[in-house]
Amino acid sequence: MNITVNNQIRTASAGQTLADLINEMGLDAARIAVEYNRDILTRDTLATISLQDGDVIEIVNFVGGG
Amino acid sequence: MIIVLNENKIQVKDNQTLFDLRDQIKPLADVIICNGMPVQSDRILQPFDHVIFIRRGEIPSESELEAFLIARHTPEVHEPLKQATIGIAGAGGLGSSIAIALARAGIGHIIVADYDVVEPSNLNRQQFFIDQIGINKVEALKTNLKRINPFMTVDAEHRFLTSQNLTSLFSEATILVEAVDCAETKAMITSEWLRAYPERPLVAGSGMAGYGPGNTITTRRAMGRLYLCGDGTSAVEAGHGLMAPRVGIAAHHQANVVIRLLLGLDPVEEEC
Repeated sequence: MNITVNNQIRTASAGQTLADLINEMGLDAARIAVEYNRDILTRDTLATISLQDGDVIEIVNFVGGG
Repeated sequence: MIIVLNENKIQVKDNQTLFDLRDQIKPLADVIICNGMPVQSDRILQPFDHVIFIRRGEIPSESELEAFLIARHTPEVHEPLKQATIGIAGAGGLGSSIAIALARAGIGHIIVADYDVVEPSNLNRQQFFIDQIGINKVEALKTNLKRINPFMTVDAEHRFLTSQNLTSLFSEATILVEAVDCAETKAMITSEWLRAYPERPLVAGSGMAGYGPGNTITTRRAMGRLYLCGDGTSAVEAGHGLMAPRVGIAAHHQANVVIRLLLGLDPVEEEC
């Protein structure tokens, strides 16, 4: 199935969760904000959401400094 | 004839002299500015001369200070900025520079929160002074903001930001600026704010360490009402610390986003 992550199409496998996707992308779940089909998620829900065909996901990865 | 005194038009008699006007308006003035230049000698005023009388050490009244801001910014810009309440999460390199830019712009009310105190190592980029080392950052910042505009309101919240207190602490703010150091806290603030107040913009900073090109620091809209300022990648690492110029560039991107939002303009694109 196809999903859109930060405006780029990528494939995902059945049963894959958002937390799996974030791991696959090499991101640290503590340092990102995730918008899933227009809903902003909290970190503890990432492992409970199974990806569906056509999902639109935005991920912002923060780096330290301020 | 009409002249402009302290940014207000007034009627004066023809052949009015500058020193005579000073003696009527502010006899103790020790600096006279006429048409943007300090002047030492008397002269006959011409129509629409801009005159300012200054007594060194005297703080202008609230209405005088406001007249100068309105003259610089126009009433259409000044009024929404004066009415605004802006939250700033963090009073370090980003937060102190953002707060000062917003105070100078005439923002009426700032809520700023930080748990930290001013340390010697902060002075390489943060808007504090050597005699403020050891003071709570929010108290030191409030002092500095009040030296710029004594008539603005500053709520200085000396506390650690958590997912429990963030949205209530800034509940009065129509826009929140994220200005913390730690990536995990940036992510927490983003998720909490956008979930609690989907209609209220968040202006965050990410990627401004080092001394790479200034032009790589940009403003973009990321998700919902989140605007992100920075280069997105330059993290703080050993040998790649934060320095005043790039932190200042990112901070002023953030402050400019706040002003554009308050004026109803798109923070990223020029209006057609």
